[in-house]
Amino acid sequence: MSRRVGVVLFPGSNCEQDMVEAVALVGGEPEVLWHGDATVNGVDAVVVPGGFAHGDYLRPGAIARFSPVMPAVADFARDGGAVVGICNGFQVLTEAGLLPGALQKNRGLKFVCDTVELRVDRYGTALTEGVHVGTTLRIPINHFEGNYTCDEDTLAQLIDEDRVVFRYVDNPNGSVDDIAGICSTDGNVVGLMPHPERASSELLGSADGLPLLRSLVG
Amino acid sequence: MIFSVHVEVRLRPGIADPQGSTIERALPTLGFDGVSGVRVGKSIRLTVEAADEAAARAEVDDLCRRFLTNPVIEDAVVELEAVDTAGTGS
Repeated sequence: MSRRVGVVLFPGSNCEQDMVEAVALVGGEPEVLWHGDATVNGVDAVVVPGGFAHGDYLRPGAIARFSPVMPAVADFARDGGAVVGICNGFQVLTEAGLLPGALQKNRGLKFVCDTVELRVDRYGTALTEGVHVGTTLRIPINHFEGNYTCDEDTLAQLIDEDRVVFRYVDNPNGSVDDIAGICSTDGNVVGLMPHPERASSELLGSADGLPLLRSLVG
Repeated sequence: MIFSVHVEVRLRPGIADPQGSTIERALPTLGFDGVSGVRVGKSIRLTVEAADEAAARAEVDDLCRRFLTNPVIEDAVVELEAVDTAGTGS
C-alpha cells in the first residue's frame, strides 16, 4: 500500500502542488491538508511546503504556527511521525518549536534563486533513509530568509547529536556552519531550505531530489 | 485602564543585521560620512486594556515572548503609558 503524504496548505503556500506531483511521481499518495483543520487525517507523513504562509507577516512562520493544524502536526511529530518542512515550511517548524534555531535574512541581503550543491551529512532521517552520508545533490534554492542562525549551545548540541542533515558545499546565505537542513533528536522531523520537489526530473535541471522524496514516501 | 504601548523589536546583540549593514554601506555614496552602528528593527504600537500598569506590562511581555519576537534572534523593548480616558477628549 502506498504511503499517504499530507501536504499542508496555508494561505500563501505556493509549493504544495509541486510537492503533490513529486510525491505521486515516487509512488506516494499525496493529500492536501487545510491549515484550518485541526487534524492530519491519519496520513503517514506530513510536508509543510514552501511559500509565504499567512503572507509571512511579522516574520516568516510567525502566524502560521498558530494555525489549527499545527498542534496536530506537533502531536504527529511527537508520536514519531515523519514531518518535513521545506523553505517556508522550515521557517514554520522553527517558529513552532519543532526544530531549534531561526532563519534570518540572507547575508548581504541578497535574495538567492539558484541550484546549489548540498552534502548529505546525516543518514536515516525522514528524508535521508537510504541516502549515504557524503552524497552530493544538486537542489534548487529560492529564499530571502534562509540564513540559519542559532546560539552556540544549540549548534554544539546539533553537532554532538548528529542532527545536521544537509550542508551547503558553497554557502549561499551565511548560514552558521554551512547548515542547509537539520532534524529533530529522533530524525523524524526534518527542515531544510532547498526544494527537493523542484529537483524531481532531469527536465527541471536535476533529479537529485528523488532519493529524498523516496525516503519520505517509504 | 487603557495603556498606549510601543514595542520596539530589535535584533539581539551579536546577531548579524544585513539590512543595517546594507544601509550603512550605502551612506558614504550619498555623502553621509561618519555614520556607523546602523541596526534595523520594527516598531509596533498597540493599545491594551488592563487593571493596572503591572498587569498591562505582564500581558505585553507575554505577547512579545510568544508572538511579536522570535527570542532566538530578537529582543523587545516595551514603553507603556496610561491614556487619560477621563480627560478632555484626549
